[in-house]
Amino acid sequence: MALMNYAQAACEALAEAMRADARVVALGEDVGHGGIFGQYRGLQQEFGAARVIDTPISEATIMGAAVGMALTGLRPVVEMRVVDFALCAIDEIVNQAAKNRYMFGGQGRVPLVARLPIGIWSASAAQHSQSLEAWFAHIPGLVVVAPATPADNYALLAAAIACGDPVIYMEHKELWGLEGEVPPRHAAALGKARLARAGTDLTLVTWSKLVHAAVAAAEQAAQQGVSVEVIDLRSIWPWDRDMVLGSAARTGRLMVAHEAVQAAGFGAEVAATVAQELGVPVRRVGAPRIPVGYARTLEDVARISAEKLLQELMHFVRSDGRRRSIA
Amino acid sequence: MPANNPAEHFLSLYRTMARIRAFENAAEETSRGGVAVFGATTDTSALVRGPLHLSTGQEAVAAGVCANLARSDYLTSTHRGHGHTLAKGADTTAMMCELFGRAAGTNKGKGGSMHIADFAVGMLGANGVVAAGIPIAVGAAHSAKIRGSHAIVACFFGDGAINRGPFLEGLNWAKIFGLPVLFVCEDNRYSATTATNAMTAGQGAAARARGIGLPAETVDGNDVLAVDATARELVARIRAGSGPQFLHALTYRVKGHVSVDAAAYRDQGEVESALESDPLKLARRRLAALGVTAEHIAEVDAEAQAEIEAALAAARAAPAPGFAEAYADVQDTGTGQWH
Repeated sequence: MALMNYAQAACEALAEAMRADARVVALGEDVGHGGIFGQYRGLQQEFGAARVIDTPISEATIMGAAVGMALTGLRPVVEMRVVDFALCAIDEIVNQAAKNRYMFGGQGRVPLVARLPIGIWSASAAQHSQSLEAWFAHIPGLVVVAPATPADNYALLAAAIACGDPVIYMEHKELWGLEGEVPPRHAAALGKARLARAGTDLTLVTWSKLVHAAVAAAEQAAQQGVSVEVIDLRSIWPWDRDMVLGSAARTGRLMVAHEAVQAAGFGAEVAATVAQELGVPVRRVGAPRIPVGYARTLEDVARISAEKLLQELMHFVRSDGRRRSIA
Repeated sequence: MPANNPAEHFLSLYRTMARIRAFENAAEETSRGGVAVFGATTDTSALVRGPLHLSTGQEAVAAGVCANLARSDYLTSTHRGHGHTLAKGADTTAMMCELFGRAAGTNKGKGGSMHIADFAVGMLGANGVVAAGIPIAVGAAHSAKIRGSHAIVACFFGDGAINRGPFLEGLNWAKIFGLPVLFVCEDNRYSATTATNAMTAGQGAAARARGIGLPAETVDGNDVLAVDATARELVARIRAGSGPQFLHALTYRVKGHVSVDAAAYRDQGEVESALESDPLKLARRRLAALGVTAEHIAEVDAEAQAEIEAALAAARAAPAPGFAEAYADVQDTGTGQWH
């Protein structure tokens, strides 16, 4: 076991991939200085500037060049800084990376990993605080991953680099310093969820940073006699339908929570699937459909706290799944 | 590369142009009624469906540039990419099958005219998005440099693309990393139905390239020998390690934006004068001056025509992709999870 933070775990996974495979390169703004979150620290010193490539502030070309690199035999890891900036490269992600293999009849593959950190980044306001995983889950051709722990950031980044599909890899902007044990040779498969906490009364599905709030809420619920099963979805697409459906079938209730805006969020997909397949009561918890404000009071309105989750899940259980009255 | 006999080399360039012309004429003919746009209605019997962007009158750019590329070199193209694809070495039957939406098409019928590609000859794809090929070309060149490959990349785009951000980003990137890219601005004067000139500030494509430090040459894009000679020089510099070079080829889009666009928005006199400098017409005149007989030229034309007619016949007879193909080549991870 090794104690690492979330950034170090990713750095270690990338370093191991680069040592093992000369085709793996990293490119993006400031990667040579370790990246703004320290997630590339030391890599340019070890692998050189030809493989850990500092680029201009040219998001479209960072992503588009990665597509060209991937088509011609490299396995690029693309630094986009935050998901909000990747919107400057949306054509390259959606029309180029995601479509290439299909549109050209399977002639090529685009094995790239695009790192697009999500989540509220405290006091950074509207343009640095979005959680846009649902946008990318909507696009055929893409894999979408959102690790919650250092162990998973290590294992899932390794899996993403090994994957032959374009992977939208969404770390969380506020998890970089989170420490945790990373077991040696820890592995995780794309598309497989993780049981974060076992329970019997309600299934709570979430991902990324909110997993930690969900587990905290579940501990508090336990003190009130409610047993909550927490599933860390880990991969948004493909998502682990088997684990979610199996759990919800046992507990008889599904709640899905995410930091993203609730309206048209990926939680709607999970909830609708569970309702359709099992007919059990479902609830969604997500941010209100407002931009994230700067002032702490405003930012807090957009955040989903453990207290909020606890309140929602207790209400859900006590209402026994029936339509709840509007508070 | 120029053959020992200049007339022979010229004839080979001419042959490429004649094949592109024959291919596109046939595609245009079989596309009638295939797309509802510019007031046209669709006819479900059309064999080539959807937007068909013809490079008629621009063949010298594709032929002249690609004559200087090896099979192992890469090429990125635009929505108007039949000429580039053919000149890079793609098989015309597979190309026609793609336009017809057949399983035997270059893209298994999944791309059509606008997304035609043949990776086997280094042709990394036409593109439905203006300027989108530029970053991909730059990445392929960057990859070649990292991998120690000697391949270079020819990156074709139109005059409209120079007003998009990836043009600036891509040229800057190629320059700072010293990448082996030949940027080719195939300037046909039109951005869809709008004259590009009215939408473009400053001195145009070559001046913008020079502003980023790329050596740039402007050439008569209807003169296949001039395109060939200039491309040869620029490609030689790239292969010698001088970094990216820029070719601005001035030509004219004889047809509308798509095959059914009558292009009524432009002056007929402008079109007629452009037709006078049609690249095939110019080449025939100059071949004659070199002593190539009219019979010989007619023979080349007939061969091109016969090749395309065979491609048409094969495409007509070829089967469409089966329904299962709709689910193939989406992605490996999560395949089967369609909902």
